[in-house]
Amino acid sequence: MGELVKFIAQSLVDNPDQVSVNEVRGEQSIIIELKVAPEDMGKVIGKQGRIAKAIRTIVKAAAVKEGKKVIVEII
Amino acid sequence: MKSVETTGKTIEEAILMAVAKLGVQRDNLEIEVLEQPVKGLFGIIGGRDARIRATVKKSIKDEIKEFLSRVLELMGIEARIEITEEKSQIMVKLSGQNMGLVIGRRGETLDALQYITNLAVNKSRNDCKRIIIDTEEYRSKREETLRKLAKRLANKVQRTKKSIVLEPMNPYERRIIHSTLQNHPYVTTYSEGEEPYRKVVIKLK
Repeated sequence: MGELVKFIAQSLVDNPDQVSVNEVRGEQSIIIELKVAPEDMGKVIGKQGRIAKAIRTIVKAAAVKEGKKVIVEII
Repeated sequence: MKSVETTGKTIEEAILMAVAKLGVQRDNLEIEVLEQPVKGLFGIIGGRDARIRATVKKSIKDEIKEFLSRVLELMGIEARIEITEEKSQIMVKLSGQNMGLVIGRRGETLDALQYITNLAVNKSRNDCKRIIIDTEEYRSKREETLRKLAKRLANKVQRTKKSIVLEPMNPYERRIIHSTLQNHPYVTTYSEGEEPYRKVVIKLK
């Protein structure tokens, strides 16, 4: 799941080498922490969080199979 | 990716050389200047040619395919990707099992995929083209539903003489409503509110 977030983020930003993802697996949920270069923040969040929302939607669909709640946090 | 390095008296000359060598149109080449030309003394002594590297750009179809197949793979979805290029837009058709998952509630996931693909693929291109992703005719069916809804609500507005505010829709769906009722004799449409909660209003003319 982290790989998916990482790949999408890397395709959107100007500094793909500065994208990092940390996955914290809990019992019922997975938290994915996404970190990008400060100047790339807008590229993964978007106007009114539109891009962030789209990323979350895609990840949610991918997580259906795992039966776990996935939370994507941009830090 | 195919690329060549060429030299010439000027950058222009080097580029023409690369065009000839690769047999590709200039618009499809990415040019990187490795060395600026230096004019020598009296144009003879100590001059240096321009040196460039020309790389053939990937076609937009290739890029879409590469991006989407990786995303779908990471999502754990097996799908066939079919891409057709039209005048101003590119149609991507996905097929396979589990397409319900790709569509999502009210096409939510499909829209998200389409939005992200547009951003990712068009980021590095100046020949920006709209990419539309569809599966199992979802979009055409949805369009049909929206057209019917628009007509039904227009009749209601005409009858009750009261405006109707529709639920929030994305620009693509709003456009369908507007265009359906464009030439309606008694009602007119406009949008109000801010994205992503922008809504279409149907009112009496």
